[in-house]
Amino acid sequence: MNAIVNISRLFRSGTTRSGLFSFKGGVHPPEHKLESTASPIRPVAVPQRLVLPLRQHVGNIAKLQVAVGDHVRKGQLLAKADGQVSAAVHAPTSGTIVSVEKQLIPHPSGLPDVSITLEADGRDEWIPHAALDYRAMSKQELLEHLREAGVVGLGGATFPSHIKLREDARHPVRTLIINGAECEPYITCDDMLMRERATEIVRGIEIMCYLLDAEVCLIGIEDNKPQAIESMRKAVADSAVAMQVVAVPTIYPGGGAKQLIKVLTGKEVPSGRLPNEIGVQCFNVATAYSIQRVVNHGEPVISRIVTVTGNVANPGNYEVLLGMSISELVGLAGGKAEDGRLIMGGPMMGFNLPAADVPVVKATNCIIVSSPGMFAEPAPPLPCIRCTRCAEVCPVNLQPQELYWFSRAQNLEKAREYNIFDCIECGCCSYVCPSHIPLVQYYRYAKSEIIAQDRAKEAADIARERNEFRLMRIEREKQERAQKHAQKAAGARADAGADSAAEAAKKAAIAAAIERAKAQKAEIAAKNTDNLTTEAAADIAAIEQRRARQAAALEQATTESTTKEAE
Amino acid sequence: MLTALLIMLGLALLLGVMLGFSALKFKVEGDPLIARIDAILPQTQCGQCGYPGCKPYATAIAKGEADINQCPPGGDAGVRALADLLGVEYKPLNAEHGLPKPKSVAVIDENLCIGCTLCIQACPVDAILGAAKHMHTVIASECTGCELCVAPCPVDCIRMEPIAETPANWKWRYPVFEIRPEETVTRKSAA
Repeated sequence: MNAIVNISRLFRSGTTRSGLFSFKGGVHPPEHKLESTASPIRPVAVPQRLVLPLRQHVGNIAKLQVAVGDHVRKGQLLAKADGQVSAAVHAPTSGTIVSVEKQLIPHPSGLPDVSITLEADGRDEWIPHAALDYRAMSKQELLEHLREAGVVGLGGATFPSHIKLREDARHPVRTLIINGAECEPYITCDDMLMRERATEIVRGIEIMCYLLDAEVCLIGIEDNKPQAIESMRKAVADSAVAMQVVAVPTIYPGGGAKQLIKVLTGKEVPSGRLPNEIGVQCFNVATAYSIQRVVNHGEPVISRIVTVTGNVANPGNYEVLLGMSISELVGLAGGKAEDGRLIMGGPMMGFNLPAADVPVVKATNCIIVSSPGMFAEPAPPLPCIRCTRCAEVCPVNLQPQELYWFSRAQNLEKAREYNIFDCIECGCCSYVCPSHIPLVQYYRYAKSEIIAQDRAKEAADIARERNEFRLMRIEREKQERAQKHAQKAAGARADAGADSAAEAAKKAAIAAAIERAKAQKAEIAAKNTDNLTTEAAADIAAIEQRRARQAAALEQATTESTTKEAE
Repeated sequence: MLTALLIMLGLALLLGVMLGFSALKFKVEGDPLIARIDAILPQTQCGQCGYPGCKPYATAIAKGEADINQCPPGGDAGVRALADLLGVEYKPLNAEHGLPKPKSVAVIDENLCIGCTLCIQACPVDAILGAAKHMHTVIASECTGCELCVAPCPVDCIRMEPIAETPANWKWRYPVFEIRPEETVTRKSAA
């Protein structure tokens, strides 16, 4: 039976009529995209107060570069990237730093994190900035610029882009894929960006092509965005670099990096590997746009386009400065920001914001203001009936029902064995589950538990090593001490014999010193012996004689005493 | 008859030589059981088990001198893992050796520290930095939370602080759902 299913899957995953490939599974949830695409992207005025968390990206937390009370200008570096996997944070407007403290951030944990609060001065003054001539720069320099400008993947993963744009001799990137699929319901920020700023996106893609030396560049856009495809095709036609806009079938999660790669190239990224290992690299269109702003305008990442939709009077896309309060943004869109009613991200992969008054960060692509009727209260979960509908829709070929059992039973080793880390948490399984089991919640629990266990194991290994080293050190010190004692004891015994020889050497040295002193004394002639009277000369002669006698006597005495002692 | 005997004898000799050779060639250094038990233990090196560290406790378990439920930092999961490894019955933690606590790190109040070095000597993983008559401090990332430095301090300037939850080390909770009896009732009545 299984074999038949597998064979039919093989056929299904072959090329479709359009020359594209397809991935297994996926669902078609209601799109709800039209609400927010009715009006163009709306600029948002500079807010009074901006809150900028230092951790808006994957990797190390950024290092603070300013102090409370500092006046900063728009685009000024506030916190720099710490290490390779990190991204910088910049001031979105000019103003004064009023605090650096822990504040609530848009994170599913609802925990506060270190954030900078910037009070805008209303002047919106830029720091000096200019376009870079990237073709005249070395690639390394350009990447360093991107790192300093805080460029991260704006599709939602917020992974620092300069790392993905590095040339890797082991895995040269042949295919560059630009992700404009935007498969998740409600979100339209990439769609609007492509419609309105296609030329700028293409300029950004050109820079990426330059950095990666890719042979092929494909821009994947889901076919439910005809206007975006149209405007991107126009922009691509004007570009000197060869790239191709490909309309991909609309299916969720077709915008997942690995899924889009499969659809466009037919290549599957192996489990636990990265796309660049099969010669493909994938970026979001908004990332390309922000790279273009950095390179051709010298502007760091200080704003992004956010879709505000759902229960608001003016749903649409807003160009928002990072750090703006989400409740303020929702208010601008004509909605009521109540705690517990806001979703960041889409309805499939997003999460409930812990509070309404959290800032817009680099990962904020969409805010959905939900109303009681919009998303049905989840029905109480019923027992799993092993219907395997979840396995049918899983886009990464997992067995969600097995993973559910293992996670539920906290059998984490088994969950890992069944590749739980390949799960992209797309939520297709929970979406189709007839028992309304919140499967993804179980997987998230299991994943974070496994990660915590691995970290604890690592820490334990280090502790063991340190403890063993300490025991070894104590043992070594003990031995050294024992050795020293033994040496001392041996030294005391040998002293008697060694003494006389040492003493003789010392005496000889003393004698030599006396000799030297005498020689010096003899050399020094009295200066008052010129032009003497005869009497004085006679006196001096007598004194000299006496001295010579005395010296002779002294010498005799010394030699006598030395010989006596030596005996 | 004789051929059969000779063949058997020859085989016995050959296999004997092979076994002897492999015993020398693939000799295992140390007791792998101790290492495997030690790998399960949390390496806190706190000595709550009654042994001067995790390795001695592992050795004692391997020899059958100690029970598997004497390690509070390892918690219930640790006891289960040990029971699994040794093929013995699980038993709850022995409260005599202490109760599991949330993981913490030692913090030295640097204003009070007199620089006596007693805590440095007590630390099993060299996680305290300092010198005689100079202020000491704990390297938090290396501290195992064993509490061995707390007792020796003559001025009581060391306290244990539980590790706070941050967005970086936060974990998703185990999904828990409310049971809504009224809904079940309506469903039943509908059916």
